Amino acid sequence: MTNPIEIRNLTVAYDKTAVLKDVQFSIPKGSLTGIVGPNGAGKSTLIKAILGLIPKVSGEIKIYGKPYKAKDRLVGYVPQRGSVDWDFPTSALDVVLMGRYGHIGWFKRPGKEDTILAKESLKKVGMDSYANRQISQLSGGQQQRVFLARALVQDAQVYFMDEPFVGVDAATEKAIIQLLTDLKDQGKTVIVVHHDLQTVEEYFDHCILLNKEVIASGVTEEVFTVEQLHQTYGGKLAFLDKGKVMVEQKR
Amino acid sequence: MSYEIWIIIVASLVGITCGVIGCFLILRKLAMLADAISHTVLLGIVLAFLISQSMNGIYMLIGAAIVGLFTAMLIQFLNHKGIQEDASIGVVFTFFFAIGVILITVFADSVHLDVDHALMGEIAFVPFDMVEIGFLPPLPKAFIMLLSILILNIILMMLFYKELKITSFDPALAAAIGIPVMFIHYLLMGMVSVSTVASFDSVGAILVVAMLIAPGASAYLLTNKLSHMLCLSAFFGVLAAISGYYVATWIDSSISGSMAMMSGVLFALVFIFSPTKGLLGKKMNHKRFRSESTAP
Repeated sequence: MTNPIEIRNLTVAYDKTAVLKDVQFSIPKGSLTGIVGPNGAGKSTLIKAILGLIPKVSGEIKIYGKPYKAKDRLVGYVPQRGSVDWDFPTSALDVVLMGRYGHIGWFKRPGKEDTILAKESLKKVGMDSYANRQISQLSGGQQQRVFLARALVQDAQVYFMDEPFVGVDAATEKAIIQLLTDLKDQGKTVIVVHHDLQTVEEYFDHCILLNKEVIASGVTEEVFTVEQLHQTYGGKLAFLDKGKVMVEQKR
Repeated sequence: MSYEIWIIIVASLVGITCGVIGCFLILRKLAMLADAISHTVLLGIVLAFLISQSMNGIYMLIGAAIVGLFTAMLIQFLNHKGIQEDASIGVVFTFFFAIGVILITVFADSVHLDVDHALMGEIAFVPFDMVEIGFLPPLPKAFIMLLSILILNIILMMLFYKELKITSFDPALAAAIGIPVMFIHYLLMGMVSVSTVASFDSVGAILVVAMLIAPGASAYLLTNKLSHMLCLSAFFGVLAAISGYYVATWIDSSISGSMAMMSGVLFALVFIFSPTKGLLGKKMNHKRFRSESTAP
């Protein structure tokens, strides 16, 4: 069976500098994968390149054995929370409904069914009582939950999430990880850009260490080792005994 | 119909047309791009005249749409190549506008356009430029042009409402789910260009920016819903147009200038008095929080 995600020799460059060099990995179905690496390692770039949001120089990207096409509706995407303007005049429910826009097609508006789906997924993230709240009046954690609800209504097979844990409270972080685990248990494949090294082993069963190139990828226990982390972060980490990661690189 | 009524109607149409489209410019943080396009359409108008040798509105609209889109594309291209956005806007629009000014002055004898008129517009002349179409009574040309563009804009906005909304809010997600972000961007730029031309005769290239941005900026401070913002913005556009007309007759001055000034005055009022986002509203809220937190 083909893996949901197969990346071969992917190179991405801004101007003349390569941001991703010869990236190569595959991710098995029903896994929860963390992409880990220092700032500027190209983690977000990797996701954007896979989704075709930025052009690649070379390489092959396959989602369920085929090049990525938005029309296939296989992929759900959660951008960084900071990438949008939260003062936009719209409500939480409206933002979630945007996740349906790809399904609705040209010239049509979201229908009753879409609204029901959107409300359901707001409920799944514990935000159903905030449906009509203007998005600027939500806390950072609540905004992230809205983004997650929006990804859920996309009803995808593969989910890419860019730093969903940044600036959220502990309760939201727990709720998010529970949700991601549920998705995984349904046989969906979830890829998360993550920067908190202390929680990697707890949250993810698979792991990609990235610093412009893939340092290691595979099952977390095999990949997430002190030597490999040193190699990824280039000695910018402080370790406590027995290889527990104590201090992550300053953001 | 009387002279005065036509001016008020045409001015209101300018207010609605510009006000509605301006909301999307504000939400996309493209206010300065509107400034650029409003100037470069001058070149489009002059070129359209030189090529077609007529002042027919259709040619002007086509010329303006082409030059307007070209402006947006060139700015995007320079920006993409590493020139800062404000710098690329500054270079491109002044260049095109300058070419427009030069062409007008070189062909001054044959072009029925002058720079003053292009910059400031002259809505007072609108009722003198009537045309008859079919069995309809004579109508001002500017009225027909503005009404057609307004209807076209409304149809396009209804057809592409959700696309305009998602590409304004979250272009990355829009692209990821297969919505053609660039197509929608240039569609909007095309709409801005033709709206500008239609308003051009009445309010001129500089003041049209006030009508594009100020009503939307006021509406933005009063609502949390996009559809409400669009309606409110149209309302503010009309309010600025009508109050501007009366201010102009009262102090005997430029109508278009007074319209633009009134849209600024309305914005200032909203900025101060908006219950949620205004200066006073924010102060009141802080006061309330303070008294609540000190209460036993």
